[in-house]
Amino acid sequence: MKLFVSCDAAALAVGADDVAATLAAALPHATIVRTGSRGMCELEPLVEVETLAGRTGFARITASDVPALAAALAADGAHPSTVGLVEELPFFKRQTRLTFARCGITDPQSLDDYRALGGWAGLAQARAIGATATVDMVTQSGLRGRGGAGFPTGIKWRTVADTAAAQKYIVCNADEGDSGTFADRMLMEGDPFVLIEGMAIAGLAVGASQGYIYIRSEYPHAIAAMTRAIATATDAGLIPGFALEVRVGAGAYVCGEETALLDSIEGKRGQVRAKPPLPAHVGLFGLPTVINNVLSLAAVPYILAHGADAYAQYGLGRSRGTMPIQLAGNIKNGGLFEVAFGITLGELVDDIGGGTLTGRPVRAVQVGGPLGAYFPREKFDTPFDYEAFTAAGGLIGHAGIVVFDDSVDMAAQARFAMEFCAIESCGKCTPCRLGAKRGIEVIDRIIAGERVSANLALLADLCDTMQAGSLCALGGFTPYPVRSALTHFPEDFGGVAR
Amino acid sequence: MTPFNSDALAAILAAHPERGALLPILHDVQAAFGHVPDAAIQPIADALNLSRAEVHGVVSFYHDFRATPADKPVIKLCRAEACQARGVAALLPLADRQNRVQVEPIYCLGLCASGPAALIGDRVVARLDTARFAALLESVA
Repeated sequence: MKLFVSCDAAALAVGADDVAATLAAALPHATIVRTGSRGMCELEPLVEVETLAGRTGFARITASDVPALAAALAADGAHPSTVGLVEELPFFKRQTRLTFARCGITDPQSLDDYRALGGWAGLAQARAIGATATVDMVTQSGLRGRGGAGFPTGIKWRTVADTAAAQKYIVCNADEGDSGTFADRMLMEGDPFVLIEGMAIAGLAVGASQGYIYIRSEYPHAIAAMTRAIATATDAGLIPGFALEVRVGAGAYVCGEETALLDSIEGKRGQVRAKPPLPAHVGLFGLPTVINNVLSLAAVPYILAHGADAYAQYGLGRSRGTMPIQLAGNIKNGGLFEVAFGITLGELVDDIGGGTLTGRPVRAVQVGGPLGAYFPREKFDTPFDYEAFTAAGGLIGHAGIVVFDDSVDMAAQARFAMEFCAIESCGKCTPCRLGAKRGIEVIDRIIAGERVSANLALLADLCDTMQAGSLCALGGFTPYPVRSALTHFPEDFGGVAR
Repeated sequence: MTPFNSDALAAILAAHPERGALLPILHDVQAAFGHVPDAAIQPIADALNLSRAEVHGVVSFYHDFRATPADKPVIKLCRAEACQARGVAALLPLADRQNRVQVEPIYCLGLCASGPAALIGDRVVARLDTARFAALLESVA
């Protein structure tokens, strides 16, 4: 008998290790494979058993459920916790898993598993066609930066490839600090070799022999998984001529901004650099550097292995391919949902997400992390696409969607946006460092009913200053949640907003 | 965790020949001594050819590094938006009603569909409600 239990942090946090250990004791002849996550967080700890028809799942198993489950597995497999064939569940079946193809299925640390499900085919193809054709293929795929900025990945690579230097670097931004996002974490824990392969392809494409993966310290399991996988791939001689190193952040949200991240790797305060020069010209240690998000780099092996068109056939407009979307917050079916661009916000929240966990009406969803806009239900027809979200006054960011029910106080959420900016500001530019502090004070006065219309005008002016005058997205985008809360939920601000 | 001693610090410094080694060194120092002691600043600066001010500036910039050891066990409770939406506010009175555990805010553990979530050392815990959080406080105190 072959059983599968996730070792993803979202499974460990609800007792998956206890379940796996108890299962092993109850079924000594069974093989228990620790996989990554299927992405259905509500079902964890999920135990799957291999059958002729596919893997059958048993959801929300606790250690105390194990004796009865073990007895059922040894008999006919009937148990009240069953969810049937996992890949037939609507949440799973409606996905297009290109980047997350192996996640939840394989043992993330097994090179055999990785190879058996198509691993290393992209790197082999890159070696066969050479650097120039590799960059062209990434450009043709239409892949854009999955960290949120949406800059075309191929053009970034071309810039670094065309910049002459004795040493260049590939830096992976795994400082996934946005609340509501966890795709980077899930991928690093659930299929680390795909990121290693993507980075090795990038190194080959631009002529870089050294790579760094900067992972936030809040992700101890991802750090351990990546460190181990790098050692395995390196020792097996799979990435010759390419050295990879994990660097661990230290609790500064702003280090997710690419230039602050580079300073942090260099051993400095994570302060934002003025651009230009671009990191592609003057990056890590002053040398040409590709800095890409985890999901951008992890999309590359598929593109190389299956062709640019295979990837670009998915999507909408200028947003090509798939996006691993994260459904989070007060949502019934939360988790990771990889799908082609173009699906609407309403489909994601209502159909796939199943509405709120509390069963109350959805009032607002924040898309794109702490710097993303709050959307009301009236905007649920917005398709998931970089341009459509910009046009709707928001951003897709790293594709996290945080759902709130009707108990949410939007003035408090606007205040929190300013508070978070004040806590996390690197301090280099004034609009962000001081603007966020003043923003908290002004919102407090509005909440207290003090000269409300004058203070709302002041807040609007402050938002303009922060957006136009900040050095990076932290100060520059904090106005998005604040303004969207004011625009769409004025009744929470004393009813006199706009 | 051991009290600060310069031999242990020297061993940490010797183990970090990599470029840009300050953050890896500070993480190791904090793991060894529970904080980054003032006495460690000058030797680290000397080893990396930095000024004392530069090292201090880095230690004070990052939320993770502490200048004094925690005098109680620490639970880092996520206070970011996804955990707010899942009701972390209901747990705060429990934290305030006791003083055996230091409950510190953290902004996102990437457990945003399973919150409220917390980190204790390297251990993650999710789906916290008042009963589970009370039990967690009790177990680490």
